[in-house]
Amino acid sequence: MSISKNYIEVKNLSVSFKVSGGLLLRTIGVVKAVNDVSFSIKKGEILGVVGESGCGKSTLARLMLRLIEANTGSVEVDGKNILELSKQKMKIQRDNMRMVFQDPYSVMDPRYTIFRSLSEPFEIRGIKHSREERHEIVNELLEMVGLSPEHGFSYPHELSGGQKQRADIARALALNPEFLILDEPTAALDVSVQAQIINLLESLREKLNLTYLFISHDLSLVSYFCDRVVVMYLGRIVEIISADNVGTQAHHPYTKALIDNVFTTTPGNIADIEILEGEVPSPFNLPSGCGFASRCPHVKPSCTELAPQLETTADGGQVACHFPLN
Amino acid sequence: MLKVSDLAVEFTVDKKTIRPISGISFEMQKGEVLGVVGETGSGKSLTAHAIMGLTSLVGGKISGQIVFEGKDLLSKSHKDMQSIRGAEISFIPQNPMTSLDPVYRVGDQIVEGLLKHLKITKWAAKKRAIELMEQLRIPNAERVFEQYPHQLSGGLKQRIVIAIGIGTEPKLIIADEPTTALDVTVQAQIIRLFKELTVANNVGLLLITHDLGVIAQICDKIAVMYAGNVVEHGDIKTVFSDPKHPYTRALLDCIPYIGMKKGSLKAIEGNVPTPSNFPKGCRYSSRCPYVIPQCKTEFPETIELACGTKVTCNKFDLNLPRH
Repeated sequence: MSISKNYIEVKNLSVSFKVSGGLLLRTIGVVKAVNDVSFSIKKGEILGVVGESGCGKSTLARLMLRLIEANTGSVEVDGKNILELSKQKMKIQRDNMRMVFQDPYSVMDPRYTIFRSLSEPFEIRGIKHSREERHEIVNELLEMVGLSPEHGFSYPHELSGGQKQRADIARALALNPEFLILDEPTAALDVSVQAQIINLLESLREKLNLTYLFISHDLSLVSYFCDRVVVMYLGRIVEIISADNVGTQAHHPYTKALIDNVFTTTPGNIADIEILEGEVPSPFNLPSGCGFASRCPHVKPSCTELAPQLETTADGGQVACHFPLN
Repeated sequence: MLKVSDLAVEFTVDKKTIRPISGISFEMQKGEVLGVVGETGSGKSLTAHAIMGLTSLVGGKISGQIVFEGKDLLSKSHKDMQSIRGAEISFIPQNPMTSLDPVYRVGDQIVEGLLKHLKITKWAAKKRAIELMEQLRIPNAERVFEQYPHQLSGGLKQRIVIAIGIGTEPKLIIADEPTTALDVTVQAQIIRLFKELTVANNVGLLLITHDLGVIAQICDKIAVMYAGNVVEHGDIKTVFSDPKHPYTRALLDCIPYIGMKKGSLKAIEGNVPTPSNFPKGCRYSSRCPYVIPQCKTEFPETIELACGTKVTCNKFDLNLPRH
């Protein structure tokens, strides 16, 4: 399969949530959680989405699976807009698009054994197996993620965080999907276990020809694991950049700030690091203009007037900034 | 200023005795930042609690020695410890979202500690609280003083918790994962604040974290913990450029960085053993690539090397420089 064909096309995807308040719970404002987001994912690619809390990265994932319905825009998978599918057809579509969640401690039913949790997708789909077949399939899934058949008899609380995350990945893989959305799958794990999971995901991708959307707040992890990186800020994409260029050719001041604020393990002095001041502003009733203007070290008067649009850069990336770096 | 030697804590659970931490030794000087690093279950938080004398409250039996400013903390009574905690040693917990009381205004929560440990009037305490908040670069400090925790962002809440911690001008601050719950840009701000505070007030900071990046940017010394033991302790630059313990080396190898070559991320296989089934010999022996038969049976000795690093490993003479 060629890597050049776009497998998923997200176009102008937006969703906003009404915020009500006051005595009569009137709508007092809107939060544009995901605001006019467009990108594509090629078959077999790992696309990273990075940003701080509240930037809309998890909402984006849920929109793509229609766990939240979008206000506008389209999500095309293999040329078919899945936002127009009926509820029934969407359920079947989701067999092909699975999600792995952040917290392995809360996604597994505590009263089910791992075996039962892994059998559930088949039961829901009405796929009948004989006892032996089911055991064989589940054991194969367990083996694929580096667990042994004995782990099938365990309850979630008997497994370590890393083992639970492996089981969750196995469950996501049960119905042979082509596309996985990984929502901070290692955020709750120790670094040594994080490395195990990342290496597992990489080998599974090669073996099963999977396509990933990998969501994380950790830019160094994303730039290591992914092919391309989408940087989000306040519901908008500010930059799409090839992972190889992250260290050297970031165009957006926010991407640059994220890079500078990731601490490396080379001993240094915090006083020498250029630190981005302020915090992400509330996404509530955003002003016009660039969302990053209030924190941007290179801000100019025009930045607060007109919101910059994503434009293609010379090195094949995209950046939404009036005065891009480099 | 702080010297911990051969510290161990014992708990009895269901008539079985476990020792989650043992043989912990390290020291720190005034104005120094010591980073204690380790994965979940390595006993770093328990070590901090032991220093503050909190483990006996939950039934832990403590042995060894903790000397703080010439005082033997383990011989102090419960009441004496109460006046040391907060006034001389203060603690900054991990999660600012849950460590502040939701029904009190944040300013009053700073004032509460000041009134308890300093002999000042309410009015003076409020003035001092606002000064502290300004020192921590909280914008509109007087307005924030009147607000409740839920009205503040994560970064601001953590600054309030820090203000509570430093208000009594302690000589030692113990911070347990103070930035784990924060975004990277806010984390960088808070870490820089910590560094400025230790330099300006000449206080010692014992920073507990699992983030080696944070340690590298702020600490002077490091203690690497694994399964309840300190396996390597020394100067930060020496340890990071020339790690002597295979675990320290492996830990540094499993952290991705920008520009890292694909496929070069090395995981440490297996899991940290739990206190109820610590192996007999070296606790890292089950995961160590350099293991020799001796490691499985004998607990390794701690050796001080010429470079000043103290390492607890049978194969300390391995050459393990970073790539």
